[in-house]
Amino acid sequence: MIQSLKIRVAIFLTVALGTVYFLIPTFVSDIPAPWDKYLPKEKIHLGLDLQGGTHLVLEIDTAKALETMLERMSTELKETLMDNKIHFRNLEKASGAAINLELTEAADKSAFENVLREHYPDLEIASTTAREGRQLVTLKINDRRAHELKKLTMEHSLETIRNRVDQFGITEPEIVPQGEDRILIQLPGIKDPERAKNLIGKTALLEFKLVDDEHSLEEALRGNIPEGDIIAYGLRSDRTTGERGSTPYLLKNKALLTGASLETAKVQISDRFGEPSVSLKFNSQGAADFERITGENVRKRLAIVLDGVVHSAPVIQERIAGGHAQITGNFTLDEARDLAIVLRAGALPAPVNILEERTVGPSLGSDSIRQGILATIIGSLFVVLFMIFYYRLSGAVADLALILNIFLVLGILAAFHATLTLPGIAGLLLTVGVAVDANILIFERIREELRTGKTIRLAVETGYSRAFLTIIDTHVTGMVAAAFLIMFGTGPIKGFAVTTIIGLLASLFTAIFVTRIIFDYVIWNFNIKKLSI
Amino acid sequence: MIELIKPGTNLDFVGKMKYAVFFSAALILISIGSVIYHGGLNPGIDFAGGSILQVKFSQNVSADQIRTALKDTKLHNSIIQQFGDKEFLIRTAESFSNQELIATNVEKPLTAAFGQNYEIRRIEVVGSKVGADFKRKALVAVILSWMAMLIYVGWRFEFRYALGGILALVHDVIITIGAVSIMNMEFTITILAALIFIIGFSINDTIVTLDRIRENVKLNLKKSLRDIINLSINQTLSRTVLTSLTVFLTVLALYLFGGAVIHDFAFALLVGVVIGTYSSIYIACTIVLLFENLRIAKTRKG
Repeated sequence: MIQSLKIRVAIFLTVALGTVYFLIPTFVSDIPAPWDKYLPKEKIHLGLDLQGGTHLVLEIDTAKALETMLERMSTELKETLMDNKIHFRNLEKASGAAINLELTEAADKSAFENVLREHYPDLEIASTTAREGRQLVTLKINDRRAHELKKLTMEHSLETIRNRVDQFGITEPEIVPQGEDRILIQLPGIKDPERAKNLIGKTALLEFKLVDDEHSLEEALRGNIPEGDIIAYGLRSDRTTGERGSTPYLLKNKALLTGASLETAKVQISDRFGEPSVSLKFNSQGAADFERITGENVRKRLAIVLDGVVHSAPVIQERIAGGHAQITGNFTLDEARDLAIVLRAGALPAPVNILEERTVGPSLGSDSIRQGILATIIGSLFVVLFMIFYYRLSGAVADLALILNIFLVLGILAAFHATLTLPGIAGLLLTVGVAVDANILIFERIREELRTGKTIRLAVETGYSRAFLTIIDTHVTGMVAAAFLIMFGTGPIKGFAVTTIIGLLASLFTAIFVTRIIFDYVIWNFNIKKLSI
Repeated sequence: MIELIKPGTNLDFVGKMKYAVFFSAALILISIGSVIYHGGLNPGIDFAGGSILQVKFSQNVSADQIRTALKDTKLHNSIIQQFGDKEFLIRTAESFSNQELIATNVEKPLTAAFGQNYEIRRIEVVGSKVGADFKRKALVAVILSWMAMLIYVGWRFEFRYALGGILALVHDVIITIGAVSIMNMEFTITILAALIFIIGFSINDTIVTLDRIRENVKLNLKKSLRDIINLSINQTLSRTVLTSLTVFLTVLALYLFGGAVIHDFAFALLVGVVIGTYSSIYIACTIVLLFENLRIAKTRKG
């Protein structure tokens, strides 16, 4: 223990002033003009359970991203093999991220391997079986590349979601990766969680595909889908009856242009009906492609497909230069606005699933704050009164330390931008109960020492030093236990763990250091005959 | 000077330890019995997956009225329970992470039955994948915190002390879980947090008592361990009771005024604090003594 009272008081004052400094914004809502420049702006950050908001855990389907990539590769591989005059058939993407094909002539085997090595270093031959002069080959993406792709998918998703949330305009969102394929999102104070969820979770893959008018749609619907075609549906709602239905389209599967070629997307309100639509502007490469595509396909229909749903399929009247297009179709203003956001932020590289959602309304949050504060005040009052009743003036000293402890915890929370949750408030109250434990240990020791006939000064000294190690023990075990709760990652429980740990640290300072200053000051400066303990 | 326990008090704790062992054994049996009777713990959505909706009404309604209103929806076999004044929890195993599902299964039927006089104040949806994760983490957290305490106490004191302390903690956790099960409360992450807090708190009293035992062993080399333990418990008794009392008071405030959201958490803490104090005195020391007697018996044989 530092001997000099002056130094100890200086340390105490520094901590106390620091606490006040960081707590001013929380307790004073309007800081007058000259002061606001020097004071921190941050209030204590409240968890979603107190201020209301939505907590989401998303899973990025990285396996799906891998499949999509294989799908694309298998199409490319077909062309490459044909270019290299290698005889094959039944080349298709199989389940489980693999490509199957048959080499019809055994002599092509080495040429095939060369093509792979040269053009597809990411693919490796998983197995080959010879059957009646043909070779059945299974191709897989090599592990290193697959791992890399998953990592990239995750990073890309994280960035895209951050982008979307930023543009949506939520203050202080928290978007962090969790494990290999999960993203944790906290959206405080959000009014319409459903809209935010749609905005975040939408893949938003925009594709331009030609409508296949050469083949019969009826025939395709019966199951005879022409090679290289797909059936997609367009949602249509009848303006007068409000009925919703879907229209089938037969499309060429190859996407001529995707959302990746966009420069920007904006909401536009049409002059005639006041209907919102989303206008697209392509980047220079995209604009050139769009001009070429429209030029080559005049009189044909070009479908605008978003996440597999056909939004419209207008007939191309003429070559379109300038790189502008428009998505129309029964949007509300909010829907159009959100669509523009997701198109600007780009498509997610893989679909996402919502694994966990916790939404707390603002009214429940403010109820929780009220009840939490009430419980803290009453609980602290119980302890404060008990200490004065049992230890008299010494109890009052412990009470001072205790009140300081509460404010110190809040100050540290504010200074480090940690989050206060409802279980966190409970943790704060619990540390009040535990913090006073240190003083009880010390006081009981002092009483014992006094009974053995020691002087007050010596009894206090022995009491503090004998209790010190035990106090450290009890605090360390409490902190270690709390630390195990941090791994759960969910806001409220993490808040409990963090507040408890900070509370115990603060209590070491207040219960040992601060109370000792008062005892030493009084004992050294006044001739005390009897200690009120 | 107010003294709860007069100095020089010498209660015969060690003599009563065999009754304590029976008492604890009975509590543990009841706890395990209750868990088995209820077909395992009653896992909340945190661990089992599913959805919870918290709905507040502006008029008086009963759980039965809500059940009737929801009988033709996917929520027809959901669990509906009162949760504070005019407020209810609707719990289902389904994942309701979709506005349309909530609109058709909750909002429409509730509006039809009660008009606009309600507000959905909280929605929690946990997928089964996350639930399984939480289950694993919960088990790991409890076992790791036991082990951490074992290592810490073993390092600071002696292994025989640590063993007593840890078995007392296992005892506390089982009985607290038993109490939660008897009350048929849901086992949630918050309850788990209470358990872990109790592990960190209950070891405190044990450490204080053990510390005194060690000190007294050095001071009174001639006394038997039995007498030293009894002396140490008596010397630290007022501190043990006092600190437990202050924590108990704060938890009581939480239980009475903290609101419905934190009610179960506070209940588990109340039970844990009481059991933890009792076990620090009786169970931890009994095991230290038992261990010592075993050791002496062994050395004599050898």
